[in-house]
Amino acid sequence: MTEKNAAAGGSACEFIAFRIGAQEFCIDIMSVREIRGWTPATELPHAPSYVRGVINLRGSVLPIVDLAERLGFPPIEATARQVIIVVQVGGQIIGLLVDAVSDILTQSTENIQPTPEVATDVAKSFVRGVLAVDGRMIGLIELDSLMSAPLEKAA
Amino acid sequence: MSITILTVDDSRTMRDMLKVALTEAGYRVVQAVDGLHGLEVLTQEAPRVIITDINMPKLDGFGFIERVRGNQRFLGVPILVLTTESSVEKKNIARRAGATGWIVKPFDSVKLVDVVRRVAA
Amino acid sequence: MDTMAAIRETFFQECEEQLGELEVGLVAMDEGEADSETVNAVFRAVHSIKGGAGAFKLDRLVRFAHKFETALDLVRSEKLALSTAVLKTMLRAADVLADLVKAARTDEPVDEARVESLIDELEGLAEQARGASGGDQANDQVEPLDFQPVMLSIDDEPEAAPTAATTYAIRLTPWPDLYRKGNETVRLLRELARLGEISTACDARALPLLDKLDPEGAYLTWRVELATAQDVAAIEEVFEFVVDDCELEIVPSRSGATGEAPRFSPIADIGVGPSAAEPIESRERSAPDGAARQDEARSQPPRAAQEVEKARPEQGRAEAAAPTIRVDLERVDRLINLVGELVINQAMLSQRVMEAGLARSSSVAAGLGALEQLTREIQEGVMAIRAQPVKPLFQRMSRIVRELTEATGKSVRLRTEGEATEVDRTVIERLADPLTHMIRNAVDHGVEPPDVRAAAGKAAQGEVKLSAAHRSGRIVIEVSDDGAGIDRPRVRAIAVKKELVAPDAQLSDADIDNLLFLPGFSTAASVSNISGRGVGMDVVKRSIQALGGRISISSRQGLGSTFSLSLPLTLAVLDGMVVKVADQTLVVPLTAIVETLRPKRSDVHALGLGGRVISDRGGFVPLIDVGQELGYRDGAADPFGGVVLVVETEVSTRCALVVDAIHDQRQVVIKSLEANYRQVPGIAAATILGDGRVALILDIDTFVARTNRAAPASEPLLAATG
Repeated sequence: MTEKNAAAGGSACEFIAFRIGAQEFCIDIMSVREIRGWTPATELPHAPSYVRGVINLRGSVLPIVDLAERLGFPPIEATARQVIIVVQVGGQIIGLLVDAVSDILTQSTENIQPTPEVATDVAKSFVRGVLAVDGRMIGLIELDSLMSAPLEKAA
Repeated sequence: MSITILTVDDSRTMRDMLKVALTEAGYRVVQAVDGLHGLEVLTQEAPRVIITDINMPKLDGFGFIERVRGNQRFLGVPILVLTTESSVEKKNIARRAGATGWIVKPFDSVKLVDVVRRVAA
Repeated sequence: MDTMAAIRETFFQECEEQLGELEVGLVAMDEGEADSETVNAVFRAVHSIKGGAGAFKLDRLVRFAHKFETALDLVRSEKLALSTAVLKTMLRAADVLADLVKAARTDEPVDEARVESLIDELEGLAEQARGASGGDQANDQVEPLDFQPVMLSIDDEPEAAPTAATTYAIRLTPWPDLYRKGNETVRLLRELARLGEISTACDARALPLLDKLDPEGAYLTWRVELATAQDVAAIEEVFEFVVDDCELEIVPSRSGATGEAPRFSPIADIGVGPSAAEPIESRERSAPDGAARQDEARSQPPRAAQEVEKARPEQGRAEAAAPTIRVDLERVDRLINLVGELVINQAMLSQRVMEAGLARSSSVAAGLGALEQLTREIQEGVMAIRAQPVKPLFQRMSRIVRELTEATGKSVRLRTEGEATEVDRTVIERLADPLTHMIRNAVDHGVEPPDVRAAAGKAAQGEVKLSAAHRSGRIVIEVSDDGAGIDRPRVRAIAVKKELVAPDAQLSDADIDNLLFLPGFSTAASVSNISGRGVGMDVVKRSIQALGGRISISSRQGLGSTFSLSLPLTLAVLDGMVVKVADQTLVVPLTAIVETLRPKRSDVHALGLGGRVISDRGGFVPLIDVGQELGYRDGAADPFGGVVLVVETEVSTRCALVVDAIHDQRQVVIKSLEANYRQVPGIAAATILGDGRVALILDIDTFVARTNRAAPASEPLLAATG
């Protein structure tokens, strides 16, 4: 969704970086609507395990995706300290559960490097590339595919 | 004090168009949706000029004009008939019913105002 | 320009209304239920459209409307009889008119050939009528666009070269009627003055003495000398409207040698005497076109009187008299959302107050109660704003049936009931497609061809009935046909072929009927052109379900089929029972709940492998553990510690749902799950409770359906309902 910026020559983009466990990732700030603290979600029956449930966002029903689990990591133990990043993906608003927000980065799109081969398939399908910032490696997450893929299986 | 004109037409489109043309010319416009309603508004507003359609439900233009003319109070009020019907027959009926003048739709707003001005003076 | 755009929008909206009236009237005429007022209304509808179209220079539309109007006028004046053929033409013309309106609105092309063909038909009717009535009518001569409005000055500027000026001697003796009709001599003179130079003289010789003077009489004669370059026609035009009410003579006094006789000669030489006050008589005498006209004129008052009588009781009709305002739909939607939030907040407040223990205090309780009542009223009021009758939707169906009838060669008529039933606009909009598909299917597949029907001893014309009604807080819509009913062997065969069902499956009649709703079951082996790409009933079913509705089918061999839709009145709120299931709070739609009970051990029986039933009203109803089914817990809960809700599905089967406890019953605002997520099987939507948390709303039908698949052993029982 933010690919337009990666046109020739590279342009400056802002990203929100966050932590999941020991790793850092980021997403284009243009898709971020707000950041809020964790509140317990209402479970959704027969949902994939990375969909924690839904919460009330000022009158709308917001699904919460455990980004760790989605990326193939162990699920996050959610407490009041965890954070939900509310993003817009396509026509829908969803909440991403992460451990903490770490930074706002301004980077040129030129700096986005391809994802290293060691990443798992799952991770690769969502991580578009990596950014090297201050010696840290920050994976850039592609939001569009997050909610699609093998879901909606009539159980 | 601007001159009041009563427009009687069951078509909202027509009422709107008449209102726009006439208010721009400085007239005050009151509206009615059919002949019966027109009689009501007439007694409340006592307009200087009446513009009425012919084909309307409840009480059509002819009936409306006749009743207006039948009322002493409104004897000399100019009534302009606004209609698409151009048959000689219908014109005569309107005339006989007591219409003062006849304007054919679609009307040119400049001409409409012109006629009204002459009739209202 | 903005105003004109707004008025243009008004015009097209009005066209829709007029087209609706037209449809209603023609259908009534078709069914022999029309009176003269119906015919008038139909005429007026087309006339109105023509008038407005002319104002916006929509020539194609004007032209067609004019032809249509002419034909209708002939019917109205009883010069053209309403035969079936004539009505068919009228109905087709109405459809073409609707197309032309749409084309004019969206600036699209139309089927020119069809338009022309219908114009020919309409003209044919006019010919027919004229032929029958002796052909003396020529009132269709003029194209309205060419007609010169009267009472307008032809040319405001005087001719630069007055060389061609002729002097006319004009003698004008107005009769009292002239004034009575609002005309004034002064004005006429002023009009003349615009044509050229005039000088006037007044002849007051006929003026009687004061005591004999009738204040409403007319005794004066004006003599005017007018020098103008205009021709006689221009002068005559000034008097065109008063010509019946005066004595008038126009004589050129120069050039043209012998003063040509003026076009208008005084009809009768009444003379300007004291007896001039004879309004009615003068009318008669001045009738140039024959007695027929006056009869018509005289018949106007009685008709008008009748209309007044009729109009009295109709005064209550909101349409013409009640003021309306136009509001942006967006504003209404926003308002409705806000009111929804208000309801939630009010519920939250009530809850918090109760938790704080304040509700014991009667004044607080009373206040909360009043608040809840008020909120509910506001909500109902606001929902009513968006509520609309289904009539326009049904009328669209009417047209579809007409077109299909022509295309398929079958004879079908549409009967509608409950058109005035009001439904929230959001529901209506989303009903259009599914309803269209069902109607198409009914005509295409339901009703048999005339010969088949005849062979079966049925009337050649089939009937499709479309009805709407409010029933226990929902709207129920039925589409039924009197066709052959569902061909069950065939349906079953197709299902087997498409591997939707096992070849040896035991299926009841109802089961077979429901096969139609399975995805992948295309209704026609030969994809019918009419029904589109074999639009499956599964698509229809999903659309209805997405609306929070249910659809069911029943069919009788040889007699026909009926599709029943049950829809919420609005997509916004729902009356529900809030229950607790394994630490989760769920909402069960109240309309599905038949009863609640605390099960007794003696009532619960095991059946098959792990299945359980409960006895209820003489029958046995399968027990379903909600918590287990939704995956909230691994094993089934103990039904005796909880509560059982007996619910009824759309196919009228019953189930008993085991929940932990019932909280309360309340109206909840429906929040979409699909907006930001997707459809969850078994779940209809979500709502936000008083504590701000999201609670899921159970969708009984899909929920039960899923459990059925999981517990086939209990299937036979489903048929045994109380």
